[in-house]
Amino acid sequence: VLLAGVVVMTAACSNMQPWVKPYERDKLADPIMAWDRDAISAEYLDHIRESREGSRGATGSAGGGCGCN
Amino acid sequence: MKVAAVQRILGRVAAVVALLLLRATCADVLPDDRADLFYSKYSGGGMDITGESAALNKKFTENIAAQVNYFVDHVSGASIDVLSQASQIRDERIQKSATLEFVHDKTTYTASYSGSVERDYRSDTASIAMKQDMFGDLTTLSLAFANTVDKVGENNGTAWVPVISWLGHAQSRSYDIDWSQILTKNLIAGVNFNVITDWGYLANPYRSIRYLDAGTPKGYSLGSQIYPDTRTSTAVQLEAKYFLPYRAAITGSFRYFRDTWSIVGKTFEVDYTHPISNIWILEGRFRYYTQNNANFYSDLFQYADEFEFEGRDQDLAAQDNYTIGAKATYAFLPNGWKMFKRATVTLDASRIAFHYKDFRNIKDFGVPQYQPGTEPLYQFNATVYQIYMSMFF
Repeated sequence: VLLAGVVVMTAACSNMQPWVKPYERDKLADPIMAWDRDAISAEYLDHIRESREGSRGATGSAGGGCGCN
Repeated sequence: MKVAAVQRILGRVAAVVALLLLRATCADVLPDDRADLFYSKYSGGGMDITGESAALNKKFTENIAAQVNYFVDHVSGASIDVLSQASQIRDERIQKSATLEFVHDKTTYTASYSGSVERDYRSDTASIAMKQDMFGDLTTLSLAFANTVDKVGENNGTAWVPVISWLGHAQSRSYDIDWSQILTKNLIAGVNFNVITDWGYLANPYRSIRYLDAGTPKGYSLGSQIYPDTRTSTAVQLEAKYFLPYRAAITGSFRYFRDTWSIVGKTFEVDYTHPISNIWILEGRFRYYTQNNANFYSDLFQYADEFEFEGRDQDLAAQDNYTIGAKATYAFLPNGWKMFKRATVTLDASRIAFHYKDFRNIKDFGVPQYQPGTEPLYQFNATVYQIYMSMFF
């Protein structure tokens, strides 16, 4: 698999053309398309959830502390 | 999953990523300088938690930036576990973090430290991360590693006169791989993959098991939880964000989680974001979460040492919860003021309804008492408010 990866990567390296051109990305650059506009708020909500649910991870950092009580 | 297996998989992923990083071409940029003031309030399940935070992001050159964050939580009240043991809590958690970012070409390198202190808990996390834009900036790949060391204690005194006993340490290592992909002019998608391994003292000392005891008036007694001293979890999140035919965005995500304690959790979330001119951004969201219980969890054990590992922490119980949230962001100072280019103020409110499927409410209901194991299932609602101001300069 790695060998195939080397071949594909090196072969396509020099002439990769993005299928969405830079001048076509105005909508994607709109602030409403940002994954997380407010990192502190997202981290705080993650901390609340991780203190009360068994699941964790794959959403960004949730900060420290035990959330024991 | 064994640690060696995880490391083998991560090693292979790292090799593939190294190949992908050959694709770098031109320079990335750091975000604008920014200062944030944040206030939050959580109320639910007998608990009130308020939090205040100040954060600063500052670019020193076009390539180097630093972020610092100070966060303090004030906890008061009594959760269902505390109520069943007739004591109240009052605590404060202070978290300080600092991050250094360095951009070279299309790669952003990040190093962070975060320390969190409560009178009965200490947590220190060091992390490194790397983000790479590639394939004509259609793809962003992020890798992160974090090492956390916790010191776990228990307050055997009162809320006002604490007597802390230190019980042990817990350590965890977290590995993240995040892939973000522009698919069309209107659609961006992402995959987030995370593995965490923990070992050490992993139990919550403030929560107890209960077991049948005919010699007591209630018919049961409480005892100490005994957790396994290792845990490995894997989580994968798929998400997509679509720019609608008018100026608004809709986001959908699904996360699948499983761990070596046999917990399987699933999270579904949908967000809708709607700006009004360039002054307001309104957002609504719905989130649903469900999980089964851990393999050593029981609401009521038959006797004190029925199994090698025993837990009755509500986080380990089968549960589902629903969140409805709304957020409004107001932009002001459009022409700037002194050193500031613009500013926003945001109000965020969420309502969460928790429903437990095998965790019973054992508060004192008065006479007549429920027979052990027939009490009502526990459920509660929580409200979370956040208000914050962001100044960009």
